Amino acid sequence: MGIQSAKMRGSWLLVGAAGAALLSLAVLPSPAQAPYKAPKTKDGKPNLNGIWQANNEANWDIRPHAAYAGPVYTLGAAYSTPAGLGVVEGGEIPYKPEAAAKQKENFTNRLKLDPEIKCYMGGVPRSTYMPYPFQIVQGTGHIMIAYEFAGAVRDINMGAPTKAPADSWMGWSNGHWEGESLVVDVTSLNDSTWFDRAGNWHSDALHVIERYTAIGPDALQYEATIDDPKVFTRQWKMSMPLYRRLEKNAQLLEYKCVEFAEEVLYGHLRKQPLQGKGDSK
Amino acid sequence: MRRCVLFSLIALAVVSLVAAPMFAQAPVTAKPAPAAKAWTMPRTPDGKPDLQGVYSNATTVPVARPANLGAKEFYESEEEKAAIAAAAAAVAAGRAGRGGAARPAAAADPEGNGLAVHYDNGQFGLGGSSAKRVASLRTSIITGPEGRVPAMLPEAAKIIADRRAYQQAHQWDSAQNRPLAERCITWGFEGPPMMPVGYNSTLEIVQGQGYVAIVQEMIHDTRVIPTDGRPHGPAEIKRWMGDSVGHWEGDTLVVETVNYNPLVLIQGGPVSDAAKVIERFTRVDADTVQYQFTVDDPKTWVKPFSGEYNMVHIDGPVYEYACHEGNYGMANNLSGARATEKK
Repeated sequence: MGIQSAKMRGSWLLVGAAGAALLSLAVLPSPAQAPYKAPKTKDGKPNLNGIWQANNEANWDIRPHAAYAGPVYTLGAAYSTPAGLGVVEGGEIPYKPEAAAKQKENFTNRLKLDPEIKCYMGGVPRSTYMPYPFQIVQGTGHIMIAYEFAGAVRDINMGAPTKAPADSWMGWSNGHWEGESLVVDVTSLNDSTWFDRAGNWHSDALHVIERYTAIGPDALQYEATIDDPKVFTRQWKMSMPLYRRLEKNAQLLEYKCVEFAEEVLYGHLRKQPLQGKGDSK
Repeated sequence: MRRCVLFSLIALAVVSLVAAPMFAQAPVTAKPAPAAKAWTMPRTPDGKPDLQGVYSNATTVPVARPANLGAKEFYESEEEKAAIAAAAAAVAAGRAGRGGAARPAAAADPEGNGLAVHYDNGQFGLGGSSAKRVASLRTSIITGPEGRVPAMLPEAAKIIADRRAYQQAHQWDSAQNRPLAERCITWGFEGPPMMPVGYNSTLEIVQGQGYVAIVQEMIHDTRVIPTDGRPHGPAEIKRWMGDSVGHWEGDTLVVETVNYNPLVLIQGGPVSDAAKVIERFTRVDADTVQYQFTVDDPKTWVKPFSGEYNMVHIDGPVYEYACHEGNYGMANNLSGARATEKK
């Protein structure tokens, strides 16, 4: 018994030691595991040039969600909502009670209200994780981000911060470098964009701080800190990786979707109703 | 550093070579280049000419040369330019007084771009006096002795006539029957070739590694042009702004565009699947980028034509022109048409 217990104690000690060693390997930074640093542009900035795209389900709902049927039954399984783990840190959006109720209303009426259906520019941060690529063109004084969806575009001023002349769909972006990260302060966004197809929303008091950080040659970590005191009880954050489009001939194509939305927006004003297309419900 | 100077000397030589033929056609030219002031081509960190910035391509130079100027490609001086304009206005006023043509071109179309005036541009700060422009003694944007676009081939003219006839008969039937500009799909000036507009003639150029991006304020139309030597995309993919690839020839950015959406118009002509447009961007001084273009579409025009203007650096910004998002006019017009039918 004594011997056995001593043996056992010994083996537990061994396991403990091995565990501790493993633990320290995982926790302690070693030179091989130093954070990734992007190659530099010729002027010494992290090189974020490229065509990027999210590969997640945030555009359906930024919160964790199980799969559910889409709003147009005739489209069946092809256009229903895939399950997603969510991109909101902590999983929950800190809505004020009346704002939470409005999100539910938005969801119920999403076929009528979702600005994506109408081909309106996606705003920030939604444009980042819509299922379309976007391209970062990193100039010296300005960084341009061109989005395929609705041809939206942002000009990020990297010089002394400037003030927006007016509210807009894509907002007003002042950027700077913080070590390896491009940090963009986005203000003067209008209240007409959503965060997703689930009706998660914001007001015109929205203030977004974005961080783009390379985590590998072909991936960026994207973080957006969301502040909107009219709608939320506190700041909250979403984060997700973005992936480089690696096709050799990758390029931004046109998704000028006005044509695809005209029937939804103006079809009721046609001289002759369109026959046999779409859901007439 | 010495290399940079050498490059800019070569650039100047190239520019003057390019400019020489048109100088030969007109005795007096645009203002002489400020050669006295030593100006060095600014370069991006990777050594390319730095074209970046916000520009205006507003101009008082008309697209087509006024007929009374014949083959005169440049005015001798600002004084001569003013005198000829005044004489033309007087003739037109005289005609109007006798009950003749009451629309002197210059007054009805001050920007010379064919836009019907329906806004008070001055009131919105969009008028001629509020836009910064490059002074130019050119008599027309279209270069060459004719100074106007060549004749359209009969087949191309028929396409336009058929479209127009259909549109006139059905113009208020649906949103899809309205012109592309009203639908906020393309204004028609974004090109390529990019043409000055009556207002919002603002664009921004940003250069990244292997790409040049150009945003035009009109409908925030953006081209991200690869300069990494790749070929055009598949011919199946037609685009509203065409499919542009670029390369550097010395200090000039040369952009070639094909694969246009067949509904696009260039100078009122339909764009065929054979259309090819070449643009050349050359920074010529601290404030100015010279823009040249050639349109070659053998299925639409009897011969290619070329044009040229200068864009001038402005402080900006490029405003967000959320055309579609704010298109209340579309619904209002259509509901007006439906109401009229019920009367």
